[in-house]
Amino acid sequence: MNEAALLLEATKMAKKFDSVVALKAASLQVRPGEVHGLMGSNGAGKSTLVKIITGVYPADGGQIFVKGVIRSFRSPAEARRAGIVSVYQDPALVPDLTVAQNMRLAGASVDAVRKWLTELGIVRLDFSLLVRDLPDPTLRLIDLARALAWEPAVLLLDEITASLPADLSEQIYAMVKHWRQRGNAVIFISHRMAEVSALCDRATVLRDGVTAGVTERAHGSEERIVALMLGAETARAVASGPSTHAGGSRPDDAEPALEVRGLRCSPLVNEVSFKLYSGEVLGMVALEGQGQEELFDCIAGSRRYGEGAILAHGKELRLRHPADAIAAGIVLVPANRLLALLQQRPIPENIGLPAFGGIRNWGPIKSRDERARVESSIERLRIDTRAGSELRRLSGGNQQKVVIARWLASGFDILLCFDPTRGIDIGTKRQIYALVREIAAEGSAVLLFTSELTEIALACDRAIVLFGGRVVAEMPVSQADEATLLRSAHGLSPSAEAS
Amino acid sequence: MIEQAKTVFARALAAITSGGLVSFLRTRTIVALVLLLSGLLAGIHIARRGTVNALWMSNMMLFAAPLGIVAAGQTLVMLTGGIDLSVASVATASAYLMATHSGLGLAPALLYGIAVGFVVGLINGIGVALLRVQPLVMTLGTGLMTEGMLVVYSQKKMADAPRVPQFIEELGAGKFLGGIPNDLVVWVPLAMILIFVLRRTGYGRLLYAIGDNSRACSLAGIRVWRVLLVNYVTCGLLAAAAGLIIVGGTDSAELRLAEVYLLPSVAAVIIGGTSIFGGRGGYSGTIIGALILTVLNSILTLLDVPESIRQILYGAIILLLAAAYTRLTD
Repeated sequence: MNEAALLLEATKMAKKFDSVVALKAASLQVRPGEVHGLMGSNGAGKSTLVKIITGVYPADGGQIFVKGVIRSFRSPAEARRAGIVSVYQDPALVPDLTVAQNMRLAGASVDAVRKWLTELGIVRLDFSLLVRDLPDPTLRLIDLARALAWEPAVLLLDEITASLPADLSEQIYAMVKHWRQRGNAVIFISHRMAEVSALCDRATVLRDGVTAGVTERAHGSEERIVALMLGAETARAVASGPSTHAGGSRPDDAEPALEVRGLRCSPLVNEVSFKLYSGEVLGMVALEGQGQEELFDCIAGSRRYGEGAILAHGKELRLRHPADAIAAGIVLVPANRLLALLQQRPIPENIGLPAFGGIRNWGPIKSRDERARVESSIERLRIDTRAGSELRRLSGGNQQKVVIARWLASGFDILLCFDPTRGIDIGTKRQIYALVREIAAEGSAVLLFTSELTEIALACDRAIVLFGGRVVAEMPVSQADEATLLRSAHGLSPSAEAS
Repeated sequence: MIEQAKTVFARALAAITSGGLVSFLRTRTIVALVLLLSGLLAGIHIARRGTVNALWMSNMMLFAAPLGIVAAGQTLVMLTGGIDLSVASVATASAYLMATHSGLGLAPALLYGIAVGFVVGLINGIGVALLRVQPLVMTLGTGLMTEGMLVVYSQKKMADAPRVPQFIEELGAGKFLGGIPNDLVVWVPLAMILIFVLRRTGYGRLLYAIGDNSRACSLAGIRVWRVLLVNYVTCGLLAAAAGLIIVGGTDSAELRLAEVYLLPSVAAVIIGGTSIFGGRGGYSGTIIGALILTVLNSILTLLDVPESIRQILYGAIILLLAAAYTRLTD
């Protein structure tokens, strides 16, 4: 292809953060009128590449060409003027300002944003609402609409669908296709293989900061992408997937490890009841905003509930603080890693944190005990500790592993995982499924909420579906195919086809 | 000579910019601070030969100790992302109450002084930890109230006239073994304990953790309010103790006794490399910060610099260091 016809080209980009090499030689060629996938494991350098292209970070090496002209941007605003706009992984909106104020702050036209929001299916958004009061998916769409309002020639979407429910993801796919038709380019970063292969014309795969290959959309491109992402050797090991597990067979009168009875927590949780047994993984599925987050918060002790009861091994709990839940053996891996981690502290301190809950542990630290505990859980989860001294230098997947490692180190009986694989690469995802199975096999109980329906079959024994703050369906994993789950999650009867 | 100086300068610049030194200082801010302090001492030595001698050094330590102790409490509080603006009022009130009760005997008098720190610290702790008032607002309020109550108390003459006991005078101004200031007997062990607590105990870990992300601590099962409550009480106690040493040094319990320590206590912590957002820093930096400020003060006094110029310099140094720290840590 003629060089000048490329809309955007980045060659041999390099970037170091202190001693950690994020990019070594990453190259990317984007043609007009294409959706270009950017794939790679966590820490492969995708986000860094995006941030260099849009002027957030200066590059240490390499060149960027826009329409054949060499450019380097010192700020996102400069990149924007050249027609390159990114929607980053985390919403770039100020929580304490209204939507309209946020738009003015960024110099975006409110009318244009409203127009694009309408196109994205959000028709009547009150722009005088504070950003902090809006749900996360809406914020993602506002971010996208704002980016579109600048009419970018190259639109970069960094894991925009990671925290979106299926229906909103569809809206985004439609918009991406629309943008391509107008002769623009979209660079699409995602861990969801299915959407990449459905949406992208070509995909560039990064591995360890180097462009490992570029694939065209063709038969078998998915396997090729996985192979490129993982490198030749690990690909085979992962392809076999988690070991098949025996579906839970237990006596009917067994006492559940965790029982939730008629739980109400206004306004979103309406009489939720379910049982979770030791040695099983119970999957939970729901569309965005069906009360799942509030439910998890209640069980984990960080939110008070109005009515109902939570029982652990038949004993009713009084949960006033997460410490009460932890004392009862219930621990939470929250959806947002940022909530759970100390970004400026090293990995061992993050893992060791729960040990200092009680006042009797305020004294001198027995460093040998601590090291033993921390190191064994780092090893078990295979956390990459090279970027060691501050947690914020770790990739997203490794940060998530630290949250889980914390609870492995301190011990628990019931593990609540809220979408633990959000925004994580396939290799790490598989590792987390395997770990969850292992934890259950060792006799603990796991409640796993997931926004990816395929995970139910991969990791769970049973599935329940939440809709409108109630459990509307419960099924063994053998019956929990994606269609059934999706129907239930939309409040439809799981099996009925004829009508 | 000038040529030589130029090459030395160029080499130093090259060493700094090559990254080795910068990344070294990033991990060891304490080294940079010691260098800064040595630079100051060298500066005085060159400007006025003979100033830097054993007596002068011993005086510096004597003056730095009370600041170091007030700043110790301030460090604990600032590590959690808070601030305590009541320390100066607490120190003054502690000194005054101790002095007016000195007729009761030494021990009860000391107890009165320390009790002030405990009470104000407890109120601060309750406000910040339980009622979730902004630390700045809470401690500003309690500081003003303490000050006001002290004025009322002194005017009503509810107690005897203030008199500083001999023991306190010795503690705040005396020296032993031919030049070791008595107040180091309080400061040195205290500093060692504090550094140990921050580095090697669960409580220290929690202070850093809370300063980094108190929500994460709560999710990890830590009752954050307990730690904060203890922390503000400790800060109050340290301020009260410092007040006793200060009044020993001046030998007269005045109503504005410790006022001049408020901003330096915050400045020493910041200069020492503790982040005002919490989660990062330590007491060893604060110690050097307190020494730097004390030496700086002494230089300005030597040069007979008016108060206004001092303030300008103070402000400039804090800004400069704050800018340097953001560069080093990001």
